[in-house]
Amino acid sequence: MNRRTFLRNTGFVAAGSLFVPAFMKPLEAMALDELSLYKNLVVIQLSGGNDGLNTVVPFGNDIYYQKRKSIAIKPDEVIKLNDMQGLNPNMAALQEIYDQGWMTIINEVGYPNPDRSHFRSMDIWQTGSDSNQFLSTGWIGRYLDSNCQTCKFPYTAIEVDDSLSLAMKGETKKGIALKDPAALFRNTNDPFFKAMLQNDKEHLDEDNLGYLYKTMIETSSSASYIQNTSKIYQSKSTYPNSGFANQLKTVSKFISSGLKTRVYYVSLSGFDTHVNQVGQQGNLLKQYSEGMAAFLKDLKTNNKLDDTLVITFSEFGRRVEQNASNGTDHGTANNMFIFGGKLKKQGIFNAAPNLSDLDTGDLKYQLDFRQVYGTILDKWLDVNNADILNKKFNTLDFI
Amino acid sequence: MSAKDNFLKVKHLYNRAGFGVSYTDLQKLSKKRLDKVVDNLLKDSQKDDPINLVNDFESKRQLLVQAGLYAKKDLTDDEKKMRQQIIREQNEVSRDLNIAFITKMINTDAPLREKMTLFWHGHFACRSNNPFFAQQLNNIQRKNALGSFKTLLVEVSKSPAMLQYLNNQQNRKGKPNENFARELMELFTLGRGNYSEQDIKESARAFTGWMYDKDGSFIFRENLHDTGTKTFFGKIGNFEGENIIDIILEKPETAQFIAWKVYKFFVNDSPNEAHVKELATHFYNSKYDIASMMKKMFTSDWFYSPENVGTKIKSPAEFLVGLSREFYVTYNKPQVLIQLQSSLGQYLFNPPNVAGWPGGQSWIDSSSLMLRMRIPSLVLNDGEIDFSGKADPEDEAVIALSRTATTKANANMKPKSYVNASVDWPKFLNTLPKGLTPLALTEFLLQPKLNDKITTMVSDNKGLRSTAVEITSMPEYQLC
Repeated sequence: MNRRTFLRNTGFVAAGSLFVPAFMKPLEAMALDELSLYKNLVVIQLSGGNDGLNTVVPFGNDIYYQKRKSIAIKPDEVIKLNDMQGLNPNMAALQEIYDQGWMTIINEVGYPNPDRSHFRSMDIWQTGSDSNQFLSTGWIGRYLDSNCQTCKFPYTAIEVDDSLSLAMKGETKKGIALKDPAALFRNTNDPFFKAMLQNDKEHLDEDNLGYLYKTMIETSSSASYIQNTSKIYQSKSTYPNSGFANQLKTVSKFISSGLKTRVYYVSLSGFDTHVNQVGQQGNLLKQYSEGMAAFLKDLKTNNKLDDTLVITFSEFGRRVEQNASNGTDHGTANNMFIFGGKLKKQGIFNAAPNLSDLDTGDLKYQLDFRQVYGTILDKWLDVNNADILNKKFNTLDFI
Repeated sequence: MSAKDNFLKVKHLYNRAGFGVSYTDLQKLSKKRLDKVVDNLLKDSQKDDPINLVNDFESKRQLLVQAGLYAKKDLTDDEKKMRQQIIREQNEVSRDLNIAFITKMINTDAPLREKMTLFWHGHFACRSNNPFFAQQLNNIQRKNALGSFKTLLVEVSKSPAMLQYLNNQQNRKGKPNENFARELMELFTLGRGNYSEQDIKESARAFTGWMYDKDGSFIFRENLHDTGTKTFFGKIGNFEGENIIDIILEKPETAQFIAWKVYKFFVNDSPNEAHVKELATHFYNSKYDIASMMKKMFTSDWFYSPENVGTKIKSPAEFLVGLSREFYVTYNKPQVLIQLQSSLGQYLFNPPNVAGWPGGQSWIDSSSLMLRMRIPSLVLNDGEIDFSGKADPEDEAVIALSRTATTKANANMKPKSYVNASVDWPKFLNTLPKGLTPLALTEFLLQPKLNDKITTMVSDNKGLRSTAVEITSMPEYQLC
């Protein structure tokens, strides 16, 4: 075999020798307390603007039924959580999770002067900026930049996807995107790739070429570390057959095999339901809930649920009133979900959306999404949230 | 100056000012004096050749139908279908427009004009769902790419795409919307810190009534315009939009900000303050003549100094266009160009926000670099693609539906796709002088200086074609 395989068929044929940098000790060699330091955060992005009001349904509020004549979820179909709110029936898989106390719902999360463009609002959520501010780094990226005790490795943040989201990009450090650890491992062990990395000392400058080589080296060592640490692990749990559940299965594999990664990022898209929303959103919520339920139970079985915090957000909610096409248009504040084995406040965190006090037909936000980020940064990732979010945000007591 | 020196300088010039140069052209140009080559480059780019892909008549018809449907409260099923149909068509034409722009960059014989258009495309960053508006703005940026910055700024400010994107349609007397006024100063002219919140408020009033009509043409609606007195940068008057733009251009900070961005795009990610100042002064004194600033830059010694050669990370557009141009690539399924742009993080016509693409090292992360190193073999050797970019929200609903269907049918089957490009190897090889060694080809294709490792890797005499694929797969090829 020679390096030409890479070039002939975009090869990436597995190379024989494994490359394990010395600084990576096998799992068993790590002290137990060192391992237990590793609390994980999993961020799940619902792209397209999920309709929060048909996700956590305010069935106790007549206004909901008045505004949504053809798409409201009927009271007897709602999975009731209290007298006011309940889950969409497609989320039945999460009922058990909720009953176990592993789920918190935060209502009406948003930010001042909300933007209704998908791109801009997603940008705001991913960078943690104000709505009139443009940041070129993401909030998790800046957490990586902070160079804290537990975020030094290039594999500190992993996005299970083909490309890396802005949320994961810092000024000097970036997360790593991979869908399949074995494939990345093969690619970085391709003879051509390895040949490029030989005698690379002269490139380790601060300039752009140095940066390219540094990225290659980090990719290569991360790929080896991730593959070698996780390849032995076999999940005993069954997951539903969907792309989303597969991504969560990969995350679970990484967490359960003891990867020293702190942040995972997964997306599920398709929530832009302007037309005939009920069926489309129902399918997606079903995929989401069944995937999540399997994931959380898997973590529980592996004793990792207490060390894991999962959050779910979407770039905005939808307008309170439905449109003429049995769908909903872009809105503002939305609910967020928090999952974990050690939630301080379980169930519904704050008051249900106020449907009678709207801002030109849109929900007003009760909590800034950066308060949620700030809480996680302070209490879960052990950094000062002001250093990451550029100003201090008051924390909440869900963890 | 030695012939070799001039060869390298001209090559650098064409890499930065255009999208590379063929060996044959390079040999010819290298025989001329550098200032003559710069003149030549400007002369070649005099012609403005707009994109005329989007059908004007059909777009106006669609706009009228959309406006009619928007005004109605309850739509019949047929009307809903009609609205959906228009959105579908617009999305399709938007994709075609993207391909038209990148194809134009690949095939152009006015490289500097297209490169400048790409620069303004990122500077006046804008998204529009309406491909007619998007094409109009792109053509404004192309037409004025090397002309007067003032004309460019005024025409961009009056384009329906920008009026819509920055909410000037909602900017009216008594109810000002400040979005346009803010970005005009923060991102398009002065830069942050060179104006006050009060300047934004007052200038927003001056732009009230700047709108577009049902036909998609600019219209000044006097009845929505605030005719009151405004105080802007200490000047008091009954200002209108053009007056505000004039006052902004009187401030040298505007020339400084544009020169700084031009320098970052064409010269170095870390600007040299003295060089930027030189450029800004020239730009200001030339009354914002863009061609004159570009000539000044390309004829400055510092443009060719070692810290500025082979040290910039190519943007995804520069990378894709350069590769395709170099090897005379034809994309049989041009949609793949959109997939590649999206996966590499620069989906043209879809900037992340009005600030445009941040550029520099932010282009590179582990996955984008791995992909960049694979693309040459995918394109040149027709490899199989096993990645998918993140979906655009507008396409997501459709994708989600199809994904559910395919997932059910065939959970573990990955859809296979190929780049499906044709490379004109004979044409490429014909541009090379007879007997060119693999090492000389490497020196031609790479902008950074060669080191021992690369010299060793390419010295095993494997033929020019294989060498070319190998070189373009190297990290060094990411730099220009």
